[in-house]
Amino acid sequence: MSATATAPRPVEPGAPPPVIEESGMSRWVPALGVIAVWIVVYSFTKGENTLALPGREHTELHQTLTDFNNRLLASRDTNPVMQVTNSISAVLRDVFDWLQRMLARPNLPRPVPEIGWLGVVAIATWIGYAIASWRIALLILVSFLSFGVFGYWQESIDLLIVTGMAVGITIIIGMPLAVLSATSTTANRVITVVLDFMQTMPTFVYLVPVVLFFGIGVGGAVVATLIYAVPPLVRIASFGIREVPATTIEATDSAGQTYGQRLFKVQIPMARKTIIVGLNQTTLAALSMATIASYINGPGLGKPVLNALVANDFGGSFVPGVLIVVMAVMLDRTTTAASERSEKVARGGGGNLRVRRIVLAVSGVVALVAVYLSRLELSLAEFPEYTIGATVSDAADSAMSSFVDLVGGFAGGFKDAISYGFLNPMQSLLAESPWWVSGLGILALAFVFGGLRAFVTTTICLAGVWYLDLWHDAMLTLTMVLVGTVLVMVLALVLGVWMARDRRIDLGIRPLLDAGQTIPPFVYLIPVLALFGPSRFTAIVAGVVYAAPAAIKLVADGVKGVSPTTIEAGRSTGQTTWQEITKVQLPMAKGSLVLATNQGLLYVLSMVVIGGLVGAGALGYDVVLGISRSEEWGKGAAAGLTIVLLGVMLDRITRAAADVRRDDGPGPRRAFNVRLPIGPPK
Amino acid sequence: MTAALSVDSLWKIFGPRSDKIIGTPDAALSRADLKAKTGNVVGVKDVSFEVAPGEVFVVMGLSGSGKSTLVRLLTRLIEPTSGTISLNGVDITSASAAQLRDVRRTQVSMVFQHFGLLPHRQVIDNVAYGLEVRGIPKKERRAKAAEIVDLVGLQGYEMSYPDQLSGGMQQRVGLARALAGDPEMLLFDEPFSALDPLIRRDMQNEVIRLHRELGKTMVFITHDLAEALKLGDRIMILRDGAIVQIGTPDEVVAQPADDYVKDFVSEVPKAHVLTLKWVMREPRPGESMDGPALPVTTIVRHAARAAIASDAPIRVMDGDTMVGVVDEEDIMRVVVAEEEP
Repeated sequence: MSATATAPRPVEPGAPPPVIEESGMSRWVPALGVIAVWIVVYSFTKGENTLALPGREHTELHQTLTDFNNRLLASRDTNPVMQVTNSISAVLRDVFDWLQRMLARPNLPRPVPEIGWLGVVAIATWIGYAIASWRIALLILVSFLSFGVFGYWQESIDLLIVTGMAVGITIIIGMPLAVLSATSTTANRVITVVLDFMQTMPTFVYLVPVVLFFGIGVGGAVVATLIYAVPPLVRIASFGIREVPATTIEATDSAGQTYGQRLFKVQIPMARKTIIVGLNQTTLAALSMATIASYINGPGLGKPVLNALVANDFGGSFVPGVLIVVMAVMLDRTTTAASERSEKVARGGGGNLRVRRIVLAVSGVVALVAVYLSRLELSLAEFPEYTIGATVSDAADSAMSSFVDLVGGFAGGFKDAISYGFLNPMQSLLAESPWWVSGLGILALAFVFGGLRAFVTTTICLAGVWYLDLWHDAMLTLTMVLVGTVLVMVLALVLGVWMARDRRIDLGIRPLLDAGQTIPPFVYLIPVLALFGPSRFTAIVAGVVYAAPAAIKLVADGVKGVSPTTIEAGRSTGQTTWQEITKVQLPMAKGSLVLATNQGLLYVLSMVVIGGLVGAGALGYDVVLGISRSEEWGKGAAAGLTIVLLGVMLDRITRAAADVRRDDGPGPRRAFNVRLPIGPPK
Repeated sequence: MTAALSVDSLWKIFGPRSDKIIGTPDAALSRADLKAKTGNVVGVKDVSFEVAPGEVFVVMGLSGSGKSTLVRLLTRLIEPTSGTISLNGVDITSASAAQLRDVRRTQVSMVFQHFGLLPHRQVIDNVAYGLEVRGIPKKERRAKAAEIVDLVGLQGYEMSYPDQLSGGMQQRVGLARALAGDPEMLLFDEPFSALDPLIRRDMQNEVIRLHRELGKTMVFITHDLAEALKLGDRIMILRDGAIVQIGTPDEVVAQPADDYVKDFVSEVPKAHVLTLKWVMREPRPGESMDGPALPVTTIVRHAARAAIASDAPIRVMDGDTMVGVVDEEDIMRVVVAEEEP
């Protein structure tokens, strides 16, 4: 790579100065103008042409989609596509069954699995030691024991199997894609567009097409999980391979290596650490999707959570919810530690290898003995039953009810304040205006914030939403998303700036945020539902809780990234702290703020849709209904597509907003290019 | 004897449809004008030269002069736009991928400014990398690599990882890696620019020593004139991708081709570079001819003591013939007054 070809060239002496685009007035002035006009028009036209479609009604389009679904299902024995997908599903089910018989379920005629719980725990612990350290081994040991002691042994192992299968297939599919995307510019462009699209799609929406082609149960669950888990691996691994310094590639190329030697001896080993980080992200994404897949009858811990959520039974969802968190933390810590260890070993650290080898061999033998014993003794094969699970569940229930008694008034007040002061007016404006008024309003705002490019995308997306006959529901969902995102950004600004300015706060809060990001979104619903009851407000709050960690971290890192020299220069002019924050730090971190907003919108959207399960209504409910009732499938599919269109629209407007002002420099755009995966980013 | 390396009208133009420019009047435009007109950037512009076997050939220029591009063109790490390169009679420009790999494996090695070492491999395996990609068995390549590690003075560091070494030592690893394949030619791309001055001087001396011991042909890229003068048998000066001058160090200093080169060499202590050839004159009538005799290739500085000690002017000899004389005053003019010869 020659510097002359790529480096930005300074202005040649004598050339005219570069044209600076007039940044003009703030974009908020015309935005407020648009909203004012909108309110005026609304007050004359409210309630007309809102295109509301009551609960169980559907339009011709929805019926057509349902018929399409029925025809496809009817043709499953003749249609080649369906035959392929169904046989994939069958293979996945067979593999799952086999693993389950090995690890978690009686392998008839044996009354117990091939390997009893003691053997499973021993092997898992040994693997933890082998790939990471004895600390991780201990963590795994405790986690596995907790699965059994709290009475969810089989569900936990089931969830691990589904996650493991999905991750395994993800690696097989994802690594070649990552290599392709890292080594070919054209492939990279195509793959990036597809991944962007996949990551804009809320988790729940995947389930609609997956159910159609792969059916409910294990097959559908593994496929949905794997589709959701592929993007982070491809993105991060290809980023890692691309980051290998050009000099190293050149130096080794000049030794006359082949393409394969370059890939396997230089690029992949040097990107190893990043690839394992990608694996970490992929594993957590898989776990989070595998719990959600319980909605399509996927096996695992998600099931008891789902059943309890639907019955609004806090105690019942508490224990499996906590176990999901335990599993997430275990997987996260293990893969992270494995990544750190592999790096250390690769650079000559990692302690005395000989001692380690001996310990590994000895503990391996111990693990094998444990496996053998677990095949002989019934009590070592079948996890003994304890009452502690039920006790904890009851205790959690009573603790929650006294907590609700304690803060119920406050929570209710908060709910009412937000509902009446913010949510309801906004909902009226968006959903009770005639459709063309809200449509024009949104278009105008898209143009103000994102310029022509966002305007075009928004036009296409809104036209799609209109065509899918769920305009009113879409506006309700959009309201929830916008309200949720505003709350997220308030939190992110306050905490983010605070963290950036005070190291102690950062040290205190960051671990909580990290932990928050590893928790599957499903789990967030549990406490929020107990506090606020089944309503759209629950979905919004869960969305805020789900989105906040990523947004806060992005803001904190953005503000922290402002160069200390600039801040010093500002201070030397005698600015106040408030001036420093508002005139230096926040404007310079604008790219991060926009990115945080973008992520906030997509996270909240994803959660609000899941909120359809707990009474949030609107598009999420349409999807839920569509998955569970075949006569509603068409409407559910239309809702799914509408959600995707909303996601794309919000994503494109915020991206364009990051781009629109040239004085932002390439920062924001770069931020989007290395955009962290949706699902818990690091 | 045939040239070790011969380059003929080599061009590299970056940008779209760059191959359409050569041969048109546009090719004669200056770099800035061409950029403005077509959006293409000239990296290397119609460069031809030859390097003799065993020669140290220094390519020198400021950043952006195209020297790093040029050295990459030689083994087609960058594809040339047009022109031919032949290495020991092998036509590089038309070589297939497999032939090219073979050339890189056995004939030419390169040392890079930022080392380009593999952080996940020990020193010994970094050095052996070129042998490894050729498919030489582990034992054999490690033995060979150990020899080379000794040669560059890294005994005892075989099992270290690159991160554990200082910059100078890392570049020794880079040097060892280049030598391990026993190539006929070494290419150096500003290898010592990233090192601090003392280490740089050590490494320069190391290169001089290795050249004396191994006699490899070397093409050495640098932006540092002192380095060029110290190492080079001949120096080629590039500017905006085109050759400004090719000559021995004393030629470049004594007879700069244009103001650009003159500006370059103006800070050079001339007495350290020029030979008597550049300061001698015809004997004046009646001048004494019994002064000491020195060969014409003597560096001026080294002749100073003799000139001061003797009343008669020094006789400058080319073999057995006297080609001129030099007296104290002539030398003073160069050493102290830094005058043009």
